[in-house]
Amino acid sequence: MNKFFGRRYIISAIFIVLILVLLGRLFYIQIIDDRYLIYAQSNARRTFYLNPARGPILDRNGKILVQNQAFYDIMVTPNLVKPPFDTTEFCKLLNIDTAEFNKRMAKAVKYSRSQQSVFEKQLSPEAYASIEERLSEFSGFQSSTRYLRTYPDSVAAQFLGYIGEVHDNDIKKSGGYYHPGDFIGVTGVERSYENVLRGRRGVQYRLVDSRGKAQGSYANGALDTAAIPGERLVSSLDLRIQKLGEKLMQNKLGSIVAIEPSSGEILCYVSSPTYDPNLMVGHDRGKNAAELYKNPYKPFFSRPIQAYYPPGSSFKPIDALIAEQEDLITPQTTYYCPGYYVSGNRRIHCYHNEAHGTVDLARAVAVSCNGYFFLVFEKLVNRYGWKNTDSTFNAWRANVAKFGLGARLDLDMPSEGRGNLPKASYYDKIYHKGAWRSSTVISLGIGQGELLATPLQLANVECIIANHGFYYKPHLVKGIGDKNVIKPEYTQKNYVNIDSQYFEPVINGMQQVVENGTAAASKIPGIIMCGKTGTADNPHGEPHSVFVCYAPRDNPKIAVAVVVENSGQGAQWAAPIASFIVEKYLTDSISVRPSGITPEYFMNANRLPDLSSYSDKLKAKPVPKDTLNKMGIDTSDKEKAPEEKGQKPVKSASNRKNKPVHRQLTASLPERSEDEQ
Amino acid sequence: MNNNQPQRSFFFNVDWLMVFIYLALCTIGVLNIHSAVFKPQSPSWFDLSTDYGKQILYVIIGGCIGIMILLLDGRFFSSMAPFFYGIAIVLLMLVLVVGRNVGGNQAWISLGGGFRLQPSEFAKLATCLLLARYLSGTNIKVTDTRSFLTAAAIVGFPMLLIMLQPDAGSTLVFSCLLFVLYREGLSPYFLILEGLFITLFVLTLKLNNAIVLTGVLAGIAALIIFFGRRNRKLIRVILIGLTICVGFVFCVRFIYTKVLKPHQKVRIDIVLGITSDPKGKGYNVHQSMIAIGSGKMWGRGYMRGTQTKFSFVPEQGTDFIFCTVGEEWGFAGSIVVLGLYLLLVLRIVRIAERQRSPFSRIYAYGVASVIFFHVFINIGMTIGIVPSIGIPLPLISYGGSSLLSFTIMLFILIKLDSNRMGFIY
Repeated sequence: MNKFFGRRYIISAIFIVLILVLLGRLFYIQIIDDRYLIYAQSNARRTFYLNPARGPILDRNGKILVQNQAFYDIMVTPNLVKPPFDTTEFCKLLNIDTAEFNKRMAKAVKYSRSQQSVFEKQLSPEAYASIEERLSEFSGFQSSTRYLRTYPDSVAAQFLGYIGEVHDNDIKKSGGYYHPGDFIGVTGVERSYENVLRGRRGVQYRLVDSRGKAQGSYANGALDTAAIPGERLVSSLDLRIQKLGEKLMQNKLGSIVAIEPSSGEILCYVSSPTYDPNLMVGHDRGKNAAELYKNPYKPFFSRPIQAYYPPGSSFKPIDALIAEQEDLITPQTTYYCPGYYVSGNRRIHCYHNEAHGTVDLARAVAVSCNGYFFLVFEKLVNRYGWKNTDSTFNAWRANVAKFGLGARLDLDMPSEGRGNLPKASYYDKIYHKGAWRSSTVISLGIGQGELLATPLQLANVECIIANHGFYYKPHLVKGIGDKNVIKPEYTQKNYVNIDSQYFEPVINGMQQVVENGTAAASKIPGIIMCGKTGTADNPHGEPHSVFVCYAPRDNPKIAVAVVVENSGQGAQWAAPIASFIVEKYLTDSISVRPSGITPEYFMNANRLPDLSSYSDKLKAKPVPKDTLNKMGIDTSDKEKAPEEKGQKPVKSASNRKNKPVHRQLTASLPERSEDEQ
Repeated sequence: MNNNQPQRSFFFNVDWLMVFIYLALCTIGVLNIHSAVFKPQSPSWFDLSTDYGKQILYVIIGGCIGIMILLLDGRFFSSMAPFFYGIAIVLLMLVLVVGRNVGGNQAWISLGGGFRLQPSEFAKLATCLLLARYLSGTNIKVTDTRSFLTAAAIVGFPMLLIMLQPDAGSTLVFSCLLFVLYREGLSPYFLILEGLFITLFVLTLKLNNAIVLTGVLAGIAALIIFFGRRNRKLIRVILIGLTICVGFVFCVRFIYTKVLKPHQKVRIDIVLGITSDPKGKGYNVHQSMIAIGSGKMWGRGYMRGTQTKFSFVPEQGTDFIFCTVGEEWGFAGSIVVLGLYLLLVLRIVRIAERQRSPFSRIYAYGVASVIFFHVFINIGMTIGIVPSIGIPLPLISYGGSSLLSFTIMLFILIKLDSNRMGFIY
């Protein structure tokens, strides 16, 4: 015993107190604080998404327009690249030099030593075939399949659209479905039927270690779901006439829209100039997109629904039909055409000052007599006297609007234009209320002036005439999935409130247009086609050549609108092109025409305006980054996370990725105008 | 054997509770190391390329050494203490020359075959032995300045050598021998002062304002003087204390801002909550707390801890082995482990006090202090109440040097205790 014996208790007490301190702290973090379990789970659980195959798009006859094709990425795991490794042989195989090999290896090492990253991107199946057999000789290198869109016939670029990486706005709107780096339809059918085509993404939860390396499934896969591939979409397009149309329109600006009047299905959707949709796929898509964007003829501009043209004379039948319905004219109403029409104190000439003599309704349509339709228009607008111009004008406008002009037709395609159908208030603003007359706006009567329509609207008007008074909403799908369902609204008739008997005289006139009228050169042997030429005034240069038609006259199968920009009269360019489309669609061949016109002539003709100065201006400036982003092109230089077999980690394990390098892309392009010429 | 009592067996008078606690902790250690570092490639428990395989080997070696110690004469350790101390010092010097640098510390001597020796672990043992021998000498009183300084030198010399490695953690372990000196009669003011200094240290860095702290201290002193008994002696003591405290505050600030290396500053900052940096410097402790916190009451189950298995926690087999305990066995497991340690140190204190020989008693207190310090600092570090100092958890952490040195320490104590009725050495 020594005198400090009591100190054992103090020492023991200190031990006990400090152990209790530890236990108290442990109690707090293990029992009270719930955050740590959540942290631990988010540390080790990684969500992997299995991206389903996107649905293919077919034409109406089952021919493939877009499908998925396997491409091969060569992946490298730097840790596994071990001697003996024949670098020279490997470089020969991939057709790169040693310096390039070292550069890529350095990049892969920088990303991660233990994780795969892409060494060579998107080899085509042909290129991969020669590598496949020998790849196993090189340790650390593996292939990974990814599916990309391919377009076997390289047609219908604007119709099909393209897919690209999601834009921030899409991510926000999707409510969490999309994640950065996902692909989404950006334009065309790919966009409007995104929900159908994309399928449903599968989810896999996996455990990962601190380096992000997978270590097995979470909860034995109980929460995982499989990916469901996208639905097959049968579009209404007819590949045969689409191909022909694109050939006929090459080296021209303009569009062809063909609709089946009995269903509203779009048969042909040509926007010229077009581009090879395969350019918007794969490893060079960013470069290609920028180049296409800089093309002065604007291949991304979807002319059938976005370009506005004055309908020109193709509008005349509408005037006649409304006037007939309103009992203002009869088919027998005649007008003596001296080559001009006097409205108020103005003399307005027929085309080329041609005097048509006495014309009735059918004849006026056939020879496209401006005077006759000025007369009709004035009858319509002045029926209650000039003091009531406002209200009668609006009544006329309402009747025209029923034909689908001046508003969207709700085509199942993004970015459809409205066209322009002015209201009385518009002229009130310009001329003051009551200070304008029918003579002021008389050019509307022949489809000029402020009246603007898209080629789709023009084709739809032909459907109405072909159907004698109604149309189905134009749409571009025949069916979705195996059951071929389509929306019920596409089977509803939309009436324009014109009795069917009033159509006959107009149709007679339209038949004469092709038989012996303005478009006689485009007559198809054996097919009765009804058409109307138009020459749309163009304040920037030569008028646009417009032709609308449908065929055959009895039991119509196809209605077409063709616009060839800067090409003068409708009969000269648009009508022959339309006739080839109609004939190809109806008979699957093109006969020898009495007039001697051949498709080859039109295919080879070049009607492109000279835009070299504009083009130089465009080339001098880089494409704004935001524009590219909106096109679904990732402009940052960051390395992509490795995607193994289409599975994409959503959150990368760490911040090892390079920070995006901001390029000097600050200058902007002028906004794309509706009518560039 | 020249004992008063005939020795009937080598295991006569062995404290079996100690042996049981020792084996329990070693088993817990092997199990948790197995779980923490298990690789499916080598499923065998006895695979010597794995840490748990090696640890099992060390336990077996430890058992053999323990039995050998029980076979030796009790007086052997007292008489050989200077020799052990000398060897330890030589090894500590040697490691500075030929040592292998692992993680910034030149603390290991390579033995070949993947095995290596950490002399600082054995230096603790040797220091305890020599300190016990010195203090048990006749006419040695800790209260004598000379004796105190000699004792301080015995402790201080290995500290200095370890500091040169530099291994701050192991250096600090020696400071726990203050408990031994206290038990042997050192003024309690040293302990109070130590507690006061720790409080002041934390306050200085937390408040980050030495002037205000000085003011507060002076205020407290003034209050005691005015309201306490007006005793001249008391006033003097308080004024001296105040001067020391204020001096300490400024010293801490100076050392903290000028002397400490940035990584040491950051570790202190994280514990004190001055900075939090869970992605960078605070990553280890943050992940370790996640591991332990995610265990909840009953833990996530053996081999089911994702934090430790998937290497989110660093050093999961050695310094952070307690994370595996906390994560896989939960609060229940933590109580068991802490309870075993508390039982161990209290048992050692009890054993110490039943010794007739001062050498045995002092040595026992040394062992208790060293083990307790290791436990408190190591577990405190994993739950973020002590700065990260790399010292192992006794008998549980992976590591041959550590396991063997603690084994020898405990078995010497058991041997001395079994002879407690014998001569006073």
